[in-house]
Formats: sequence, C-alpha cells, structure tokens
Amino acid sequence: MESLVNLFVRAVFVENVVFAYFLGMCSFLAVSKKIKTAFGLGLAVIFVMVLTTPLNYLILNYMLEEGALSWISPSLASVDLTFLAFILFISTIAGAVQLVEMVIEKFLPALYSSLGIFLPLITVNCSILGTSLFMQEREYGLAETAVFSLGAGVGFFLAIVLLAGIRERLRYSNVPAPLQGLGMAMFITALMGLAFLSFSGIKI
Amino acid sequence: MAVQETPAAPPVVKQKKDGLFSKKNLQILRDPLDDTNPVTVQVLGICSALAVTVQVKPALIMSLGVIFVTSFSNLIISLLRKSIPTRIRIIVQLIVVAMLVTIVDQTLKAFLFDVSKKLAVFVGLIITNCIIMGRLEAFALGQKPWPSFLDGLGNGLGYGLILIMVAVFREFFGSGSLMGYQIVPQWAYDHGYVNNGLMVLPPAALFIIGLYIWWQRSRNEKLVNVS
Repeated sequence: MESLVNLFVRAVFVENVVFAYFLGMCSFLAVSKKIKTAFGLGLAVIFVMVLTTPLNYLILNYMLEEGALSWISPSLASVDLTFLAFILFISTIAGAVQLVEMVIEKFLPALYSSLGIFLPLITVNCSILGTSLFMQEREYGLAETAVFSLGAGVGFFLAIVLLAGIRERLRYSNVPAPLQGLGMAMFITALMGLAFLSFSGIKI
Repeated sequence: MAVQETPAAPPVVKQKKDGLFSKKNLQILRDPLDDTNPVTVQVLGICSALAVTVQVKPALIMSLGVIFVTSFSNLIISLLRKSIPTRIRIIVQLIVVAMLVTIVDQTLKAFLFDVSKKLAVFVGLIITNCIIMGRLEAFALGQKPWPSFLDGLGNGLGYGLILIMVAVFREFFGSGSLMGYQIVPQWAYDHGYVNNGLMVLPPAALFIIGLYIWWQRSRNEKLVNVS
C-alpha cells in the first residue's frame, strides 16, 4: 500500500510526464491558452489514461509476452509477440478513444460539447502511449499500473492547468514581439520544470 | 496539433507534370528546414524530441529514425489516399506509422543495442510524434506520392536539424564532449572550468529552443505571432 502511494506521488510530481519527460507537449502548448479548455483536456486525458494503460497491461501480459499465450495451449508457451506491442497499444488507444467519444456523445451530451474537439486529439497525445510504454519498460504489476496511470494523468492535468493560468496572466504583460506565444511558453515550461525538479528525492 | 482539427483533406491540386527535382519540389523539401520548421514554427513533434538531446549520438539516431518514418509514412499514405475512408483515416494512419516504427525499433535493437537502450520508450513514441500525423493530415492525404515523400523528408530533416543543434549545445556545455569525444581539455578542468549542470537537466532543452525561436522570429518578421 505504502509503495503504491509512493508511486502515485512520484508519478504526479517527481516524474511528471510533462516536465520530466516532455510527453504530450504538442497539446500541452497548443491547448493551454485558456484555463477552461485546459481543464477539459486535462480531465479527458486522465480518463483515457486510466482506461487504456491497464487494458494495454492485460494485452501485454496475456497476449504478447513470451509464455503469455500458454493459457490457450501449452504448445504456445514459447511464442514471443512483443514486437507487435506498438501496433496493438496504439490500436487500443485509438479504439478506446473512439469508444469513449461515442459513449459520451450518447449519454452525456453536455460534457461532449465541452470536450468535443479534444477527445479525438487525445489519440495522438504522446503522454498516453508513453505511459503504456513506461508500464512495459518498468514491468509494473496490475495494481501498480492502475495507480501509475492515474498519477501520470493527474500530473498532466496539473501541468496544463498551471501553464494555462500563467499564460492567462501573461496576456497583460509586455513581452517582446518575437517572443510572444510559443517562445514564451517554452521559457515558462522550462522554469516550471526547474521548479518541479525540487520535488526529486521526495518519498512518503 | 492544430492541423488535426481540419476535418477533410484538402482537394487534390491539379498540377502539370513536374520534373523530379523541379523548383517546386525543391521548395517543398527546403521550406521545412527554416520557414516552416516543424518544431519551431508549426509547433509539432516537441513531444518525443527533447528528452533525447542530452548527447549528440542518440539525437542523431533518433533524427534518422524520424526522417525514415516521416518520409515513408507520407509516401505510403499518399499512395493509399484514394482508398482510405475519411472516418477511419486516423486509425489507418496510426497502423501504417506503427508498422514503420516497429521496423526502426527492431533494427535498432539488432544493430545498435546500446543506443536503443538509451532511447528506450522514445523510439516507440515516434508513433505519436505530431510531425508525422500533422504532415499526413495536412499534406499526404491530398498530394501525389513524390511531393509527399519530399515533404516528409524535408520535415524530418527540419526536425533533425533542431534536435542536433540542441544536442550539440547540451553535450558541449553539459559534459564537455561531442559524440562522446572529449572536447574541453583536461587542463581547463584543472584551472577551475566546471561543466554546466543545468544543461544535462530536461529544462535546458526548452531554454535552448526558446532562445532559437526568439532569434528566428526576430530575424523573420513574418513568423511573429504564428502560434
């Protein structure tokens, strides 16, 4: 239990997907101009992350890894399909996003209209695929995978809402013309990354 | 990223027969190196780029991988563009890209295992690199195969250019070497020269790209306020 809490805190603060690994930077920079939209995207990312990473864990452990297919027949125990991981992971994510989009559109139209455009974009958000790949690389168990994906999602949410808040304030300051927009967002992200570095080494 | 929001592919432009390296095709190849650079102007593909730039060698390998994937995914999607249904085009694109990335990943694992270990998950993340999806949506879905291939090549090169520039700065100032060879001599360290620790940390890459964007946009007025 303690190690799970620790894993969560690490995923949110110490190894924040945005500030430590630069994942999901495209949507992070493009959708962080207003707090409200950033909030919507952040929530959608948490949702898809928590849904797809455990799903990918199951696919990896019961279909792809060496010996994973032995539940079908012992003769398949030596089959190693790990090289298919990328294709299956991204298909799972694309499929899950499509499914989530349809379900939300049918049952929660209000939420759909506020998230609408961002949902399909999440498929190509690197932080989602990145979390699945980290799960594979670090060999997490199912419980750890669930906690880690929640932590990574919350980390992304925190980062994008914080950046949107700062950028809303910046609108009233006098930034040199060539630096406006993207340039300034880069510097702010770098400074926020430095601030997040101070969390390194924290353990609970 | 913004490219994703355009729903339909641009209509196929009727063009007369061009030579393989006509002026227009060269323009397609050259533009992404500076004026429409995918990283600093189109804001694409920053995702998996920055974490691999601590040293020049992984950055070089990564750029080669991305150049391969962008050019060939553009080529393949452009060849298939008339038979892909619009509604499921994103999944089709992702599968093609994932296949190419798997080729890159397996090749690296077989021939350059140490670099492959260093790049770790970032090879896989080429799949969701926004440059690739962005160029597929914006260019390859509506253009002929050869210009699409050149566009992919150009954008891959533009990405690699930024990546290697950042990596040169970070490796030189951060560890005093280039491609693993020591550049700053030992006597400099003996006289009190110290490597800049900030350069090895992730935020340094953002500072360098931020400064480059500042320089590029103050040099070229047209680019101010693009995004």
